[in-house]
Amino acid sequence: MSRSTIDIVNRNLAKRYAKEKRFRLFGLASILAGLTALCFLLVTIVSNGWGAFTQSYVQLTLDLDPETLLITNPLDDDQWSYANYTGVIKQSLRERFPDIKSRKDKKRLYQIISPGAGYQLNLLMQDRSLLGQTVTIWLPADDDVDSVIKGHIDRHRPENERRVSDKTLSLIDELVNSGELQRKFNNVFFTAGDSSEPEQAGIKGAMLGSFFTLIVALLLSFPIGIAAAIYLEEFAPKNKWTDFIEVNINNLAAVPSIVFGLLGLAVFLNWFGLPRSVPLVGGIVLTLMTLPTIIISSRVALKSVPPSIREAALGLGASKMQTIFDHVLPLALPGMLTGGIIGMAQALGETAPLLMIGMVAFIVDIPGSFTDPATVLPVQIFLWSDSPERAFVERTSGAIMVLLMFLILMNSIAVLLRKRFERRW
Amino acid sequence: MPFNTLFTIFVVVIAFCFFAGQRRALKLKSDGSSLHSLPFYHGTWLIIVGVLPALIILLVWSLVESGIVRAVILSELPTSLMLVSEAEKSLLYSEIANLAYGQTVSPNAEQLAPLADRYNLLVSLSGKLKLGLALIVSVIGFGIGWLRLKPDFRARNSFESTVRIILMSCASLAVLTTVGIVFSVLFEAMRFFDTVSILEFIFGTHWSPQIAIREGQVGSSGAFGAVPLFVGTMLISAVAMIVAVPIGLMSAIYLSEYASPKFRAFAKPLLEVLAGVPTVVYGFFAAITVAPMLRDFGEALGLSVSSESALAAGLVMGVMIIPFVSSLSDDVINAVPQSLRDGSFGLGATQSETIRRVIIPAALPGIVGAILLAVSRAIGETMIVVMAAGLSANLTINPLETVTTVTVQIVTLLVGDQEFDSPKTLAAFALGLMLFVTTLCLNVVALYVVRRYREQYD
Amino acid sequence: MVDTNSSSPTSSDPRDYRNTVGKIEVPNTKMSMRDVDVFYGDKQAVFGVDLDIAKNEVIAMIGPSGCGKSTFLRCMNRMNDTIEGCVVSGSLKLDDQDIYDPKLDVVPLRARVGMVFQKPNPFPKSIYDNVAYGPQIHGLASSKVELDEIVENSLKKAGLWNEAKDRLDQPGTGLSGGQQQRLCIARTIAVSPEVILMDEPCSALDPIATARIEELIDELSANFTIAIVTHSMQQAARVSHRTAYFHLGYLVEIGATDDIFTNPRHRLTEDYITGRFG
Repeated sequence: MSRSTIDIVNRNLAKRYAKEKRFRLFGLASILAGLTALCFLLVTIVSNGWGAFTQSYVQLTLDLDPETLLITNPLDDDQWSYANYTGVIKQSLRERFPDIKSRKDKKRLYQIISPGAGYQLNLLMQDRSLLGQTVTIWLPADDDVDSVIKGHIDRHRPENERRVSDKTLSLIDELVNSGELQRKFNNVFFTAGDSSEPEQAGIKGAMLGSFFTLIVALLLSFPIGIAAAIYLEEFAPKNKWTDFIEVNINNLAAVPSIVFGLLGLAVFLNWFGLPRSVPLVGGIVLTLMTLPTIIISSRVALKSVPPSIREAALGLGASKMQTIFDHVLPLALPGMLTGGIIGMAQALGETAPLLMIGMVAFIVDIPGSFTDPATVLPVQIFLWSDSPERAFVERTSGAIMVLLMFLILMNSIAVLLRKRFERRW
Repeated sequence: MPFNTLFTIFVVVIAFCFFAGQRRALKLKSDGSSLHSLPFYHGTWLIIVGVLPALIILLVWSLVESGIVRAVILSELPTSLMLVSEAEKSLLYSEIANLAYGQTVSPNAEQLAPLADRYNLLVSLSGKLKLGLALIVSVIGFGIGWLRLKPDFRARNSFESTVRIILMSCASLAVLTTVGIVFSVLFEAMRFFDTVSILEFIFGTHWSPQIAIREGQVGSSGAFGAVPLFVGTMLISAVAMIVAVPIGLMSAIYLSEYASPKFRAFAKPLLEVLAGVPTVVYGFFAAITVAPMLRDFGEALGLSVSSESALAAGLVMGVMIIPFVSSLSDDVINAVPQSLRDGSFGLGATQSETIRRVIIPAALPGIVGAILLAVSRAIGETMIVVMAAGLSANLTINPLETVTTVTVQIVTLLVGDQEFDSPKTLAAFALGLMLFVTTLCLNVVALYVVRRYREQYD
Repeated sequence: MVDTNSSSPTSSDPRDYRNTVGKIEVPNTKMSMRDVDVFYGDKQAVFGVDLDIAKNEVIAMIGPSGCGKSTFLRCMNRMNDTIEGCVVSGSLKLDDQDIYDPKLDVVPLRARVGMVFQKPNPFPKSIYDNVAYGPQIHGLASSKVELDEIVENSLKKAGLWNEAKDRLDQPGTGLSGGQQQRLCIARTIAVSPEVILMDEPCSALDPIATARIEELIDELSANFTIAIVTHSMQQAARVSHRTAYFHLGYLVEIGATDDIFTNPRHRLTEDYITGRFG
């Protein structure tokens, strides 16, 4: 290289290294951008949802007077069902705040307690012996009060821009100071089904619905997926039909999930006449969706079992099928399980296809079987996200946290399984 | 018959067949004959002949019977009600079913009462026939199977053949699913195109799926021009790709070429987490956090940003797609042979020059394939757009405005108390057909491109 | 570990190969290596090698497989930097400049010391772009005309111009094996290096292609210094002026090619050449 060539090279070096630096920085920045987005997402959800796990309760002393309850005949169950529980609560509030006289202020007073508290009192009084006694219990506060306690409502704004009036605020402050208004663990969230009142709403129904649906999906997709994988890996002749099957599987893995919903709607609901909105049908649709994933991962697991194992078994006179079921399959099973768990984790988060088959109705009852109408956790999140109340935003975020926790759990189990049973051939 | 009872009977029958067969085989053996197959297989043979055909009959009959009952009942509608539309026929059928179950309130109770009785009759008849037939087949099968139980009977082979057929059926389920998708979507879409011309659908620019509830209702024109939907889908997907492709590609490059093994072991799984977050969570995040943020930000800049802007939905969708692009690109970049890198370094190139001028061009087909797959994912995405994008069909390419997409409309048209046959419902299937065909084409092209690229280096 | 002027092995045991036999220094030194050790992690592959290379000479490095000759070659343009866990110690100089000096930029070094690899590795680009790659990144041509000139000259010097001139825009990977290797040589020449390192350049080629490249090496030596690692003794005998024999990471003997092949001084060299092992 002549002197001048070396000079040219050296002259350009600075620019080239500057480009190198910029390029590298761009790469690093991209990764950081992605991770920042993830962080931002999680932090937002958690900070919104953290409060869902606590709920404000008000301690009231209730005089369970039959007259106020309008129960004339304690043996008549109907009267118990339609008793004036709300009246008892209102009376207790009036006694607690005797200075409140005007209609408007009284209305504000009553609104401190959740409208659903009456139902809770009903449940309490399943114990009939309480009639006529005075009890002190904690009743859930209204979601607006809860929002104030959690700091979601700006006290400094002028009254007419707030959901909560000044009078209500002063009542709240008084109760807080005397310790009669406290935040406690929100077990309603985990024990109740859906409700239109945020403080009554819980995810138990959705969780059980998800549970039943996943069980159906697991029971169907695992055996069928493994069977298909075994066929394709071990038995399938190399012909056009096998190729066609493989092409189909690869395609199905990439079909949008909503199309499976359409399939479920048209075939299972309309043609077969299966009931809408039940975990059974949801499970079938999810099976069809996760089948390609399970087949592909099971095939990989089967492929990783070395041929020497098969040859040894065949050499001893085992038939092909015996070789596979007695020797190869047990060795491939951990890998298949891992793939199956990951498939189920994906299925747990699916929403769109289940919307199509109707798991979207407002379902208050907790499902008890595979054929009870139910909803699943992601759909519940979707439904709640439409509600504008701050308290619902909080609960939706809380439900998301529960969902993410299950996903983390399932994926961790899968990774642990993989590590534990990883064999180096 | 309740499910639990049925299940118990089923288990008992299986156990019976199995043990009967096994005992017979053991008896034959103790009589001195030598068996071809183990007694286990004789047991399973009896299960195969005794239970399997009956099971298949039960399953098929159950799936088909409701459709047949429906057809029969509807064909027996009183003449006054015969000539109503499909939608109304379905309504009537639901009424009849409800009446049959004992519900007493119904507008046409008198006329339909006899049909309700007929319904109950048919259902119970069907149930009895079903069970009866299954039982008969089971017994016959058992009998035939029993007669075949001789010492030289190749029970294991028949077992293995059956298992093989079962395995193949499971694998063929994939084909069946695809067929099911194609037919169901196609069938309903065809019915839609009977009402609305396919040209209007594909080229029309006005989407307003109202239908007349009653005859002659004013303002009942239903416009089914899907162009705004296609454009909306493309707009949001474009925004998503603008986010995902640079970030995903550069992340893959950094992770495979620059990062230390420790950094890679830490960062790669974290990026994969983005792919594991359920889309409903992304949708919520987009609607509650990102969209208001963008709107406020826009206001501060003096721009008017819709609270359901395409930008918000596209941004979040882009974040979701980053791991798709990154992961697939990582694979193709690693597949480029080291010899090319050596050749470039040997000439005195810097690392970024090697990547930009040698590796990326070499990996380009694979990267293009990855991008196509990502686009396919973006187009088919539902929840993020349902929650963050709008419902009104707005024909625009301004990402600050609100648009709607194909998937949003499918959900909107179908979620609700629609009767199955109304044009609105069918429109959803037509949209579904478009979606399926588009993503299928993209996937096929992408896989083809990636395969061609792999061949280059094998 | 140098024996500069003896005519017989310095140690009594002919199997002792820790001391190099033969004259290391040369007049008109282009590259000078002293006491070079190379480690892959804990494993040492090259043990204290001293070697000088003269300007415009062709020096062949021979020896059985795995004896460190390729490793040593790759030190000379710091290609070993790209291998994880590879540590090089000792003094390596190009024109009296220490090439492992931390302040030295490896990019211009590799432009001055080029490399041709064992398996031809043309880029999946056109023939023109393959050759133009080096000049483009280093900015050696200020216009398209200049670049065209550089490409043409390089292809001519590599003996590929006539075959390639009508299909410059076709992919380099579409050429035959021998042509691809000549393309790689053209690519290396295009940046006007001073030294060309060749790592078994013909081992993947058929005899006819090999013969062409050997011709080429001879022509190139007029303008370039060439160090070639080869498995084939016949090739070394045909193309090189001096030959260095490596054995298990040690430089055993160095000398004029004719001398080494007719009258090897070390027992091991003699065994290898006569085919007792290798």
